[in-house]
Amino acid sequence: MNERVIVVSQGEKGSFNRDENGAILPTVENFYKFCVEKKLMGVRCKQCGTVLWPPRGICPKCSANEVEWTEFRGRGKLLTYTVIHFPPSQFQALAPYAVGVLKLDDGPQLPGMLRNVKLEDLRIGMNLQVDFETTVPKEWPRWPRYFFKPVD
Amino acid sequence: MVKPLASIVSAGVSKFGVRDGLYGRELFAEAAKEAFVGCPNLNPKRDIEALFVGMMSDSYEHQAHVAPLYLDWIGLLPKPAFRTEGACASSSVAMRTALFAIASGMYNVVLVGGVEKMTHVSTTGVTEILAMASDFPFEQWHGISFPGIFAMMAVDHMHRYGTAEEQLAKVAVKNHEHGALNPKAHFQKRITVSEVLSSRPVAWPLKLYDCCPRSDGASCLVLTAPELARKFTDTPVDIIGSGQAQDTLSLFDRDNFSSMKVTRLAAEQAYSRAGVGPTDIDVAEVHDCFTIAEIIAYEDLGFCQPGKGGKLIDEGATYLGGRLPVNTSGGLKAKGHPVGATGTAQASEIYLQLTNQAGKRQVEGAEFGLTQNVGGSASTGIVHVYHRGD
Repeated sequence: MNERVIVVSQGEKGSFNRDENGAILPTVENFYKFCVEKKLMGVRCKQCGTVLWPPRGICPKCSANEVEWTEFRGRGKLLTYTVIHFPPSQFQALAPYAVGVLKLDDGPQLPGMLRNVKLEDLRIGMNLQVDFETTVPKEWPRWPRYFFKPVD
Repeated sequence: MVKPLASIVSAGVSKFGVRDGLYGRELFAEAAKEAFVGCPNLNPKRDIEALFVGMMSDSYEHQAHVAPLYLDWIGLLPKPAFRTEGACASSSVAMRTALFAIASGMYNVVLVGGVEKMTHVSTTGVTEILAMASDFPFEQWHGISFPGIFAMMAVDHMHRYGTAEEQLAKVAVKNHEHGALNPKAHFQKRITVSEVLSSRPVAWPLKLYDCCPRSDGASCLVLTAPELARKFTDTPVDIIGSGQAQDTLSLFDRDNFSSMKVTRLAAEQAYSRAGVGPTDIDVAEVHDCFTIAEIIAYEDLGFCQPGKGGKLIDEGATYLGGRLPVNTSGGLKAKGHPVGATGTAQASEIYLQLTNQAGKRQVEGAEFGLTQNVGGSASTGIVHVYHRGD
């Protein structure tokens, strides 16, 4: 994958989609733009307080439609995982690699790739933390990937 | 017995498998021809009022707007034609849509079916097209393949309940054994547990033989308003229950990876409408895209308690000759999984079973049947309950 990536330029940082009042819209793309700043973000419903991830504008719990951004600490436990031996073509160079679902201490559950873990050490319940790639892919949609790694 | 939602008066299934040089339109015509020939009292051009057809992806054949195309190839222009998409449940969505059309009184006789042509595309290409039914920003973007999603369900099930890889393998062995009795199945060859366990890894713990193949195929049903069924056949099969539910497109945001909520909710609706329960079912076709999915289906449909799906296959209960034969057609695993065709192919198998036309794989005296079809990572779930119309 390395040949497909480039270093993030300053110009791509902070170019969030905003509403008419300047507030950062609760969109998937804005989530990934926060990843450029190494921030793992979700939103909180202003009415019922439910934390939502991925970010969205309508609360599935109370149907209110005002949310605010909240930053996660990004630590949690592995709920389930697998080792991919037959990957989609753009991930072929990485195979076999592990993916899983992380239950954040902050509440939400995130899917993602596990890095810096020996495949034989994978186990449900292991402690992991979120980290971020420092490069963004060249191809659409150019979102920098977050990933999971053992707690330092 | 409850009033049926609609009656199946004929069914057709193309040969499933690698169908070189035949594309969606020809495969659908092959299925339709069988349904038409099988119902001499039906004059398709005169009697069929609309077509409902499910297909997942335009990408395989570089062909969109297939409803008028398939309608044309079965000689039914200018009747209205509707195409539905619900990933691997596309033609079950078509069935539901057709049931609404009949229940509304808008139409009395309709053709409902499904199609997919896949095998001319490479395995990698097919994997990527199927992956479109998972969440792009949070699954595809992180290298999570479709087998990977079901593998994560399997890992959870193994951790939670102690389900073993051998038990998953037995699902594949059973469905191949059934497929060997189905002349239309993609695979008509028996396999062994050790062959499954030693096949190459796809997404641990799922091996190649835990996964359904990519297949070409089509299937269809002629559905009528219940009161008209006897005009077309003496042996209709009634659809007496129908249920559907949706869940998150992605797997990660669910409470329990070892259960498919959509199956449980759709089954509750279908059983309730039909006035029957899991112990009444004589034969079922369930969505075994991967072996773990059949184990989970047993549990969510109430064929056994949660966590006991592995034990159910160990006991042989779901083999032909067992107390509740499942996937007598060979299932997605051996019959094949041309994704858009699967829902109505499952219904076609139940039609054959309940009309005593299933040949070597006949379940003697079958009266009640069930189909369970899921789309994507069980983001769509549809269950139908059937009764021999007598």
